[in-house]
Amino acid sequence: MSQDLLEVPAGTTPEREAVMRAVGQAPAPEWVIVTRGLKREYDMGGEIVRALRGVDLAVKRNEYVAIMGPSGSGKSTLMNIVGCLDTPNDGEYWLNGQLVSEMKDDALARVRNKEIGFVFQTFNLLPRATALANVELPLVYAGVPAAERKRRAMEALEKVQLGQRVHHRPNELSGGQRQRVAIARALVNDPSILLADEPTGNLDSNTSEEIMRVFEHLADTGQTVIMVTHEPDIASHARRVVVLRDGRIASDETKAQFVARIGAGQHAH
Amino acid sequence: MPFFEAVRLALQTIRVQKLKSFFTLLGVMIGVMFLIAVVSIVEGMSDYVENDFAAKIIGTNTFDVSRIPSFVSNADEAQWRAWQRRPRLFDPDYETVRAALPGDFRMARVNQNFLPATVPGLRPRSVQAVSTDATYFDIKKFGLTTGRAFTQQEVATGARVVVIGSEVASYYYEGLDPVGRELRIAGLPYTVIGVIEEQGSVFGFSMDRLAIAPVTTPLTRAINPRGDIDAITVQAGNRELITEGMELTREALRGFRRLGPSDDDTFSLTTSSAALSFFDGLKSKLVLFGTALPAIGLVVGALVIMNIMLVAVSERTREIGVRKALGARRRDIIAQFLVEASTLSIIGAMIGAGCGVGLAKLIAAVTPLPASVAPWSLVAALIVGAGVGITAGIYPASRAARLDPIAALRQE
Repeated sequence: MSQDLLEVPAGTTPEREAVMRAVGQAPAPEWVIVTRGLKREYDMGGEIVRALRGVDLAVKRNEYVAIMGPSGSGKSTLMNIVGCLDTPNDGEYWLNGQLVSEMKDDALARVRNKEIGFVFQTFNLLPRATALANVELPLVYAGVPAAERKRRAMEALEKVQLGQRVHHRPNELSGGQRQRVAIARALVNDPSILLADEPTGNLDSNTSEEIMRVFEHLADTGQTVIMVTHEPDIASHARRVVVLRDGRIASDETKAQFVARIGAGQHAH
Repeated sequence: MPFFEAVRLALQTIRVQKLKSFFTLLGVMIGVMFLIAVVSIVEGMSDYVENDFAAKIIGTNTFDVSRIPSFVSNADEAQWRAWQRRPRLFDPDYETVRAALPGDFRMARVNQNFLPATVPGLRPRSVQAVSTDATYFDIKKFGLTTGRAFTQQEVATGARVVVIGSEVASYYYEGLDPVGRELRIAGLPYTVIGVIEEQGSVFGFSMDRLAIAPVTTPLTRAINPRGDIDAITVQAGNRELITEGMELTREALRGFRRLGPSDDDTFSLTTSSAALSFFDGLKSKLVLFGTALPAIGLVVGALVIMNIMLVAVSERTREIGVRKALGARRRDIIAQFLVEASTLSIIGAMIGAGCGVGLAKLIAAVTPLPASVAPWSLVAALIVGAGVGITAGIYPASRAARLDPIAALRQE
């Protein structure tokens, strides 16, 4: 495993830099995500696409991070690896003290189930299942007994103010409501991170704001949130913004630094 | 994922797609239906043979002495030629057997063939003409509704008397008392002295078209122009005595026919157990052929299920991606699709079993074939159903489990 920390991205704190340089060592418990020299290449019909060229990222518990970048920057690949849907060709990925980059299929499935709550752009609810059944799904795979499953799913739905619509199917719900069902599903297993991929991509701006308020509330109550987006407006809801370019981290700043850099004019409240 | 969850999920999927599911399980349903029907008919026949047929045709605790075995399940050309070369049975053979067996054995010479019978003014009809000894009625346990059987004295004197079956009586003497009336068999007149109570039918052949006359009447020559005997039926006092009786008979006949120690028997001894083993051979063939066809139905059913499951996997690629993202392991996905496929085919098998029982009962009702539904066949049907589903589901399920969650989630 090589260490490719050639230049430290703008905004990196010395504390983060130290964690990222400690290759091979399990990070301290407050670091929920640490990647070191993460590389991912794809063979696209003979042509090698280098989607990630050495990504070092450290996220502490309770952070609310947006990952930005133009298309092709590698943010989807990074999000897939962070979400344990994909594994890197090289580098380490520590999630909640576990070296995920070395894990096999079943172990990854378990990590996805216990540690990660996904929220997708297209909601990805099961169309034939009720909101309640959708939210129960991760608990089914966790082996939780039916009665407890129902209770916890109801709780999660109430947290997103959908306690009255638990028996509706996705096609009977509005876009915002569907995304809130998806958030309830992501939270029901009490994951280490909430991982949102363009969570407002399919929503109008009012509904987007509504969903962003849900995220902010979650961040306020201590949930670690990582959100992938290409919209600066949405990214600026986060408290830290990481920008990817060409498979590397180009900048890693606080919200204030990010907003100041891209110009306050672009950012309308 | 717990098994119960998988079944619930499968039932939910089936409920949502009723029509598609119905067509999916049609193949299994038809296969199992015919399987159950065939097995029930064969079982019914077998029950019938064991309980009724053997006693009716051969009699209980009896064996037959004859030139050619009474029941032949498989014999080649050479075997048949060898049998044809055997000497026929004549009265001296009968006397030899009678002399060899103790008094507690009953025996009767039996000749039978279908011969035309008539009374003046009625169209001739074929009856099952039997010429025999008086003991035949005891061996067969024939009861009489009217009149009497003939005696051994009448046999000795060659009295031209006949005892007829119930169907013969109702055909020729509708509304009349047949006793004392005349029946012409093969052109010669006989006086009816008794009517046998109804015997029913075996595989659709009426057992009531009988006309039984003494073996000493010209009926014997009408049946066997050479005057030989078709068979000597011997009845032992009980089951244990059959073997002993057969051994005594064999020794006596071999001695009478001057067979050397290395010569084969020139006669056959057939017991009702031989008849049963003949039927067992027939039964295994019936089961083989009778199940081959439904088996093809099941294979087709399996292919249909496999196809539908493959379509389901590609239709539900995104669902599989979501499930994997939420923590489903490969084996959870495999279990989901296997349970779905086998739930489908077990439901098909259950419906098929119901229809099969109905079909068997229907066949039994409209044809002479008996039917008896064996409980094991219903259990077997469910196992077959599950087996078909699992077999058909393996490939689609493993395809689903191998899907890359990222690609699956991206699919529209």
